[in-house]
Amino acid sequence: MATLDFEKQFIELDVAIREMQNLAYEWGDNVRQEYRRLKKKRTKMFNDTYNKLTPWQRTQLARHPDRPYTLDYISQIFSDFIELHGDRKFADDAAIIGGLAKLNGRGVMLIGHQKGRGTKENISRNFGMANPEGFRKALRLMKLAERFHKPVITFIDTPGAYPGIGAEERGQAEAIARNIYEMMVLRVPIISIIVGEGGSGGALALGVSDRLLILEHSIYSVISPEACAAILWKDHTKAPEVAGALRLTAQDLSKHKIVDEIVKEPIGGAHRNFDMIAHKMRRAIVRHLQKISLIPIEKLLSQRYQRYRDYGEYQEPTD
Amino acid sequence: MIYSSYEEKKSEKTLWFRREKQPKEKIKNKKLQIPEGIWVRCKGCKEIIYKKEIERNYDLCPKCDYHFYINAKKRLSLLYDEGKYTAFDENMLATDPLKFRDRKKYKDRLKEYASITGLKDAILSTEGAIANKQVVICAMEFKFMGGSMASVVGEKIVRAIEKCIAGNIPFITVSCSGGARMQEGIFSLMQMAKTSGAIGKLNEAGIPFISILTDPTTGGVSASFAMLGDIIFSEPRALIGFAGERVIEQTIGQQLPPGFQRAEFLLEHGMIDMIVDRRKMRDTLITLLNFFDKSPQNTPLPQNQK
Ligand SMILES: [Zn+2]
Repeated sequence: MATLDFEKQFIELDVAIREMQNLAYEWGDNVRQEYRRLKKKRTKMFNDTYNKLTPWQRTQLARHPDRPYTLDYISQIFSDFIELHGDRKFADDAAIIGGLAKLNGRGVMLIGHQKGRGTKENISRNFGMANPEGFRKALRLMKLAERFHKPVITFIDTPGAYPGIGAEERGQAEAIARNIYEMMVLRVPIISIIVGEGGSGGALALGVSDRLLILEHSIYSVISPEACAAILWKDHTKAPEVAGALRLTAQDLSKHKIVDEIVKEPIGGAHRNFDMIAHKMRRAIVRHLQKISLIPIEKLLSQRYQRYRDYGEYQEPTD
Repeated sequence: MIYSSYEEKKSEKTLWFRREKQPKEKIKNKKLQIPEGIWVRCKGCKEIIYKKEIERNYDLCPKCDYHFYINAKKRLSLLYDEGKYTAFDENMLATDPLKFRDRKKYKDRLKEYASITGLKDAILSTEGAIANKQVVICAMEFKFMGGSMASVVGEKIVRAIEKCIAGNIPFITVSCSGGARMQEGIFSLMQMAKTSGAIGKLNEAGIPFISILTDPTTGGVSASFAMLGDIIFSEPRALIGFAGERVIEQTIGQQLPPGFQRAEFLLEHGMIDMIVDRRKMRDTLITLLNFFDKSPQNTPLPQNQK
């Protein structure tokens, strides 16, 4: 298990509590009282911390190495998943996965960024940072879904599109632009869920949708706090502060009407109770899918267009 | 990762001069103290050129044709008939939806760049004629926060597209941008979807979209409308790409090959239609607009005829 800075205090306290638990049976009321006090303190500390997470702590939770990833959700929520590979042009990009599956007996197309568990898998999955072929595979699968009238569900979890030589040679910018463009007019319902990191254009390339859901401790941002700090503050150690300035938390995004629903996580984060978060996510997906599946496609498309058409804040003084 | 690289760009420029001042240079320092504003050193051939001579030559180096930066207004005057055009949506202002503050307040930055450029944001929406054909051109201004795209740029592009659809007018963009503007956070990211969606409407209406890329076109601008042109062309040597050079170098831990992400590299990799010299840009537009013209004399021949 990996541990974040602010998770450490609980682990230390848990060790103390466990030791005392053993002692409590041998020693009298005094120890038992102390044990209860410690346990109460732990619960309070835990709740206090997780009820008042800073944007930076949420960023850390969104990137937690134990956080459930796309394939975890797919195996828990859906049945009969068949993974489909390749963009039919260049390669198969393991940073994005996709395939057919069933939800309540109905066919759906699932697509998502996939981070790796551990160093070896992370290297093969490129830490969830897609190359153009990953985005083009995603687009191929979306088009397939469109032809067979299957709704598309995307899972977003990426630090961003991969900044590499090959990526630029093969048109990273075009691949992202093309996905955004095509998702805007895709003639099937689209639901996107930000399950971890929503890193900029690489996230948006799977994120144009009719309903955008986000887990409580997930983030979505135009730039990572570290990179933003390096450019604007000339100091990447300012990232914790910048995380606040960028308004990248689920709560901020909800306030700005970027996301439609925040899926509440178990206290401590999704990795502390996977069954619970998967269950909640399933219910949310089913509920939204039922609703948008009833909307005639032309109406759904015009709502989708209008949603993005309306984003932005400006004023127009008349002179 | 989308970068508004205007900060980087600034430092690059100073770096360039600093590099020239290093004692390693064969030419002595004294010789390099050229009075600012009269002479410039060409980035292409490193020659020192009389500035007036460049200005008389479409802002190209008379020795090597290096394309110097020109502002949006000058750009437009080179494209339209007699250099004349009408701007619209000129009063639109950014509102600072995130109350963003880095080392400076976003609001103060906006004011500062407005006074430098005489524009209210990083784009000029204009209409006018090219060879008597009506067109709408949105030209980005790099000197305004690196030509970065946020709410105002997105809204102005979409409105320009709506004008084109309403009036059946060809749409042209001149991109010059480091990408999405960090100071408007997620709203800037959403402009990528907003503008790309509007390009979809333009395509649906059968109206041509010509996307001109200039140095630089990167990040959220290249990864949205700029790469969605029916025709995409670039000025020679323009930097075009998704990620910034520095980010790539840091990620892969090696230096980038010369010419990487330049217009010639993109042409070679099939990402753009052509590279057009600034002196040929207006003529190229005239030819293309002529091709796309929907007037009766340009309608398709009846079937069975050749
Ligand atoms: Zn030169």
